[in-house]
Amino acid sequence: MSVLSAALSPLGGALSCAVLWLAIAAASLVPAGNAAFARRFAFPLGAAAGLAIAAVGLGAVWLPAQTSTLPLGLPDLPFHLRLDPLAGFFLMLLGSVSAGISVYAAGYFRAEPSARLALIGFQYHVFLASMAFVLLADDAYFFMVAWETMALSSYFLVITDHKQAAIRSAGFLYLLIAHLGAIAVLLCFGVLNGGRGDYSFDALRAAQLQPLWATVAFLLAFFGFGAKAGMLPLHAWLPEAHPAAPSPVSALMSGIMIKTAIYGMVRVAFDLIGNVRWEWGLVVLAVGAGTTLFGILFALMQHDLKRLLAYSSVENIGIILLGLGMAMVFIGFGHPTVGTLGLIAALYHTLNHAVFKGLLFLGAGSILRSSGLRNLNDMGGLIHRMPKTAFYFLIGALAISALPPLNGFVSEWLTFQTALQATILQNGIVRSLLPLFAATLALAGALTAMCFVKVFGVAFLGRPREPAHLSPLPHAGDASDMERYGMAWLAAGCFVLGLFPTSFLLILNRVGASLTGHGLSEQALSGSGWLWLVPTAAEQASYSPLIFLVVIVAVTLLALLLVRRFYHGRVRLADPWDCGYPEQTPRMQDTADAFGQPIRHVFGPLYKMDRRLPGPEDAQPRYVLKIEDRHWYWLYLPVARAAEFISSKIALLQQGRISIYLLYSFITLIALLVFAR
Amino acid sequence: MNIWTAAAFQILQSVFVVLAAPVLVGWVNQCRAWLQNRSAPSLLLPYFTLAKLFHKEAVVARSASPLFRATPYILFGCMWLAAGIVPVLATGLPFAPAADIIALVGVFALARVFSALAAMDIGTSFGSLGARREMMIGFLAEPAMLMTLFTAAFISGSTQLTTIVDTLAHREFALYPSLAFAAVAFLMVLLAENARIPIDNPATHLELTMIHEAMILEYSARHLALIEWAVAIKLFAYMTLGIALFVPWGIAPAGDWHALPAAVGALAAKLLLAGAGLALIEALLAKLRLLLAPEFLSTAFLLGVLGMLTHFLVQG
Repeated sequence: MSVLSAALSPLGGALSCAVLWLAIAAASLVPAGNAAFARRFAFPLGAAAGLAIAAVGLGAVWLPAQTSTLPLGLPDLPFHLRLDPLAGFFLMLLGSVSAGISVYAAGYFRAEPSARLALIGFQYHVFLASMAFVLLADDAYFFMVAWETMALSSYFLVITDHKQAAIRSAGFLYLLIAHLGAIAVLLCFGVLNGGRGDYSFDALRAAQLQPLWATVAFLLAFFGFGAKAGMLPLHAWLPEAHPAAPSPVSALMSGIMIKTAIYGMVRVAFDLIGNVRWEWGLVVLAVGAGTTLFGILFALMQHDLKRLLAYSSVENIGIILLGLGMAMVFIGFGHPTVGTLGLIAALYHTLNHAVFKGLLFLGAGSILRSSGLRNLNDMGGLIHRMPKTAFYFLIGALAISALPPLNGFVSEWLTFQTALQATILQNGIVRSLLPLFAATLALAGALTAMCFVKVFGVAFLGRPREPAHLSPLPHAGDASDMERYGMAWLAAGCFVLGLFPTSFLLILNRVGASLTGHGLSEQALSGSGWLWLVPTAAEQASYSPLIFLVVIVAVTLLALLLVRRFYHGRVRLADPWDCGYPEQTPRMQDTADAFGQPIRHVFGPLYKMDRRLPGPEDAQPRYVLKIEDRHWYWLYLPVARAAEFISSKIALLQQGRISIYLLYSFITLIALLVFAR
Repeated sequence: MNIWTAAAFQILQSVFVVLAAPVLVGWVNQCRAWLQNRSAPSLLLPYFTLAKLFHKEAVVARSASPLFRATPYILFGCMWLAAGIVPVLATGLPFAPAADIIALVGVFALARVFSALAAMDIGTSFGSLGARREMMIGFLAEPAMLMTLFTAAFISGSTQLTTIVDTLAHREFALYPSLAFAAVAFLMVLLAENARIPIDNPATHLELTMIHEAMILEYSARHLALIEWAVAIKLFAYMTLGIALFVPWGIAPAGDWHALPAAVGALAAKLLLAGAGLALIEALLAKLRLLLAPEFLSTAFLLGVLGMLTHFLVQG
């Protein structure tokens, strides 16, 4: 009976779902000869477990924190579990988004060889379960075990196509940076612990740190988790690893995994350390602003669709960091209510980005699946071949461009509202800095719109650029049913999160209040009704996405009806107008690179650009453009060379003769005897 | 104020804007013709053009997708919503809380994204050229616009247009240096966003320079008419927004029927002046080279940011 009631409690429920994922993972390995098992059973069941864990997480937001211990782990350090509003919110994110991705995966992997599919199914579900354990962990030891399981399982998913050298090196880079981050996180827990030996989060929470040590712990956590999140300058793995993985895995990594890093940052800074300082906020804001602009400017330069989406994830992590930084600044200056608004904005964007970036990666996966193409410049006119995929992708593109009334706009709106509260700050310099970060966000938002007009316009609209016999496009079919259900679920999420923000604001307000102790007034939030989004007061700011949508749709339909009623709906189909130049071909449409040309012109110095123009007398004129990340040259390559140099010096010890090694042992023994005297 | 009065005011204002917008375009064209020593076309010429276009048979390219045909209606819907949000005749309208200044910028961005997508839909070189240039203008004009609006929002402590306009209209008269910066930036954004000289020229189809016209080359008949109408409403909305922010005096509170005639008169006078001013700017300036457009707009962006910082320095 007690077992049953434990399993029915929210924490027990979450644990059961995570264990179910582990069971599915194990079961995926067993019937290795039967791919239908994975498609018909493993992935759909994984999706159901996702929905269940999302429901449990949602319920936990409204309840006080629950704790429990598992009789696993080290002798005197069992695994501690805890389900509080913050973990509940992230479980909801993990479960609801992964449900759509799992359904999609059931369709996407339909032609996969069964041996490979068994491995994918195993790692995929271990990956999901480890993310759930990261969110549930309540001691540093269990957290690190789950964190590393997450890194390893996702590493093996990234190198699914390990026969290609480029994918192996992308995986290596990912593993390397993930472990640099993990070391920093480990050190952070060490600093927080302060040598007392108890690594449960309760003990870390209770520890009173001196400001210097608190800052050290915060910076370690910020850079450690930032490496996983794809924050500048530790982003380099993201545009390599995300495109290398199979598309549902890219969606999981970009949509959910990098959000666990945001969870880690919030958990450590707001919960474990507690006394947030405004100086930390400025660091987060500066890094966030840089990450935002860098991410979108590089996304605009890409023509590989999945790489572009990965750079856009870097940008969105920057936007989340802007919200977090503002929250820290306001809390540090003693305005916890406004700080909570910033935290809410950041967490709302975390959820939004998970939904629309998952959707966009799935759409990219469907294109890849049906045409084998990832390069935007080879696409064109896909809306005629894949109308349903195009529809879902358009929703994702509009949502990520922060256009009302979809969800991306709500979280950017909340971030702006937080920045506009800057007048209450006492420090004049910080007060005028916050609007500058808002300006960065405004610029990035407009650039995102340009980027996704480029993606949708070049891939789906227009005409195929290559002649029909050279291109796979004429044979491309639409996404399969399961793929479409997965995308439809996430597309519906874009609408729900965009149209009913007040409900989610109430949830997030609980999460924020549980961390800062000061929520927004629930009366103000719900007092004006579910139709209106009013974070502070109605005369200050309000927004009603539903009215917004209804008016646009109503007027659009009214205009259509009136025109049809009073005039006529006659249409004649004809060739496009050639402006008097009859020799136009589809190759004259803008490519992805051409569309980004104005950006290259305006922001030229930021890129490392290698451009070769064709000469006037070339027999076969070629235009070569290579754009690289400057970080490689000033940060990564020097570090790599230094590491190589040091290891080559250390390698001098390795002489390969047994007498030398015996000599080393002898010297060591002597030295030990001297010291242990 | 009961709900019917409010609704009546809302509908009245929206219909007024939608019907009056072409006259403003006609007025600007008239002024420009006078300044260029031409005999001016009729004030009502835009209406005749719209009527003519509505009667024609639409020609649509074979490679067009449903997006292409839906876009004119979506643009019209977006602009109609914008016309309902901006306090043109009265403040405190029932629509006003549905969208603040950030959402207003969002409406314009939504319209821009759809028109750029529709331009790329046919797959001609001119369409994608226009879309690319339009998005280039947009990515700088949109943040510049937000910055000028934020300046006003900081002064009034609100992003609600109603509150902003009430604060600005009824404050004690004082010189706001921040608003001066914002006004210049707003003017520059207005010129760029409405495809006016010095960024674009609404009167030519010169492939080296055109932006807006390149995007709508494929449209004809009723689709073109709706787009032209939406463009006229956009110009009207921008001008009335500028009036509401920088010279708001004379606007009526919602529900006050007696103040309405005076509000209409004040607005008409301000728009006559503003239209003539726009024509004058267009007559005096030459079109910028396309590559200089980003510099023009980044100047606007910096002016907007400067305005915001000035607010903190002077009033802070």
